[in-house]
Amino acid sequence: MAGAGGEAGLAQYVDTTVSVITNDGRTIVGTLRGYDQATNLILDECHERVYSSKSGVEQLVLGLYVIRGDNIAVIGEVDDDKDAAIDFSQVRAAPLKPVTH
Amino acid sequence: MLFYSYFKTLVGKEVTVELKNNLAITGTLHSVDQYLNIKLNNIRVVDERKYPHMLSVRACFVRGSVVRYVQLPPGSVDVELLHDATRREARGG
Repeated sequence: MAGAGGEAGLAQYVDTTVSVITNDGRTIVGTLRGYDQATNLILDECHERVYSSKSGVEQLVLGLYVIRGDNIAVIGEVDDDKDAAIDFSQVRAAPLKPVTH
Repeated sequence: MLFYSYFKTLVGKEVTVELKNNLAITGTLHSVDQYLNIKLNNIRVVDERKYPHMLSVRACFVRGSVVRYVQLPPGSVDVELLHDATRREARGG
């Protein structure tokens, strides 16, 4: 779990809640437990947030996930207080588009 | 290594990163690494109404492979210097 080291790596996000956007447009929220230089991730107690323009956000429990770095677009550091204040049943949005290279 | 060095000089500046899924994120450039992975602080998503997916996110790591554009502050680009540096790099020196 060396990472690129220093402040450029993901060390500061370890053991915090992160929101990962994958290349196929899914959003997975969980606790970051580990990573490597290829941005492979270990996410603990994670769930997927399924966005829809027709109904509120649906949360699917996933458990422990390992995500391959190739498939990752963005890793966001979640502000837990802000996150708890959002009523996701009222949030409506089209799903993110997949990444096209 | 030229663009890695160049992006390092932009640390602390406000940039907008447009991704290959059309999401655009504005934030303060915190760091960049050899893969041109970019870390941003104090982020906001451009067009938050359409993209509320990162409402509770304050800082993020963007994988270099999904970056389409980085929009820079106009004053921070020394075009002459960059011209010279790219020519030098192309010559292999």
